[in-house]
Amino acid sequence: MTLIDLANPSRFLSLTARLLPYLVAGTVVLLAIGLYLSATAPDDYQQGATVKIMFIHVPNAWLSMFVWAVMSASALGTLVWRHPLADVAAKAAAPIGASFTFLALVTGSLWGRPMWGTYWEWDARLTSVLILFLMYLGLMALWRAVEDPARAARAAAVLTLVGAINLPIIKFSVDWWNTLHQPASVFRMGGSTLDRAFLYPLLVMAIAFTVLFITLHVAAMRNEILRRRVRSLQMMQARAASNDVGATSPASQPA
Amino acid sequence: MSLGPYASFIVTSYLAVALVVALLIGWITLDYRSQKQRLRELEESGVSRRSGRSATDMR
Repeated sequence: MTLIDLANPSRFLSLTARLLPYLVAGTVVLLAIGLYLSATAPDDYQQGATVKIMFIHVPNAWLSMFVWAVMSASALGTLVWRHPLADVAAKAAAPIGASFTFLALVTGSLWGRPMWGTYWEWDARLTSVLILFLMYLGLMALWRAVEDPARAARAAAVLTLVGAINLPIIKFSVDWWNTLHQPASVFRMGGSTLDRAFLYPLLVMAIAFTVLFITLHVAAMRNEILRRRVRSLQMMQARAASNDVGATSPASQPA
Repeated sequence: MSLGPYASFIVTSYLAVALVVALLIGWITLDYRSQKQRLRELEESGVSRRSGRSATDMR
């Protein structure tokens, strides 16, 4: 099966029916290993056991940006190639991305209170992630506000691409401005500054959450395809009903 | 395993993640059942796809 074959929603549904059990199993196994490694990781010499919050905060923060990047690629698919699944992919990803962003903000605040002495600080990193969360909510509202899916798809795609400018701002905010948030410590020039005792649980949890996202995304895309089938069948039903009324009304009868 | 003086912050963080992920899974599962049910009802009322294939057919 080539990539172009997946452009057919029916083939995509067929593939997801076969793929989803493996994705669910992979997510459960990876999360179990990640949680075990997180629980058995040693305390940090400065943070103590609070370092365990990092093992869930960082994957959620990464995914908050990764999901928007996936939606941006889908937006290109909608605007440039009019790929039939592109808007389905973007629309299905938005609530999942919003949830990961929300969790990044909540777990970051819960880490910040004991470590920084405050739940919230209006610095560049925290504020730009809050803006990302609000953009997710705005996009979801836009899809709900416009009834015609094709018009909603184009408007949402433009907004998604405009919003993508926030991704490098989030990533480099800790370098461009003087922020309370610490600079990058995993993906940086010169290699990770994290000790292996913390790096391995973090990487396993990051992979586990990424597979979790793929699983949820594929399942949500399947739902969205079914929702569009419901809509088209309802329109066919309404059209058939109006034709029946037209055929039996006195105005349509021959004199 | 001792979580030290900030145990409540650590436990709350993990519970928050578990709750939100559970809500996502629940929402997606219920939505799937709801869409399949609506498609079945529409097909039983006599509406069918132009292709003639069942709308709930996933194969």
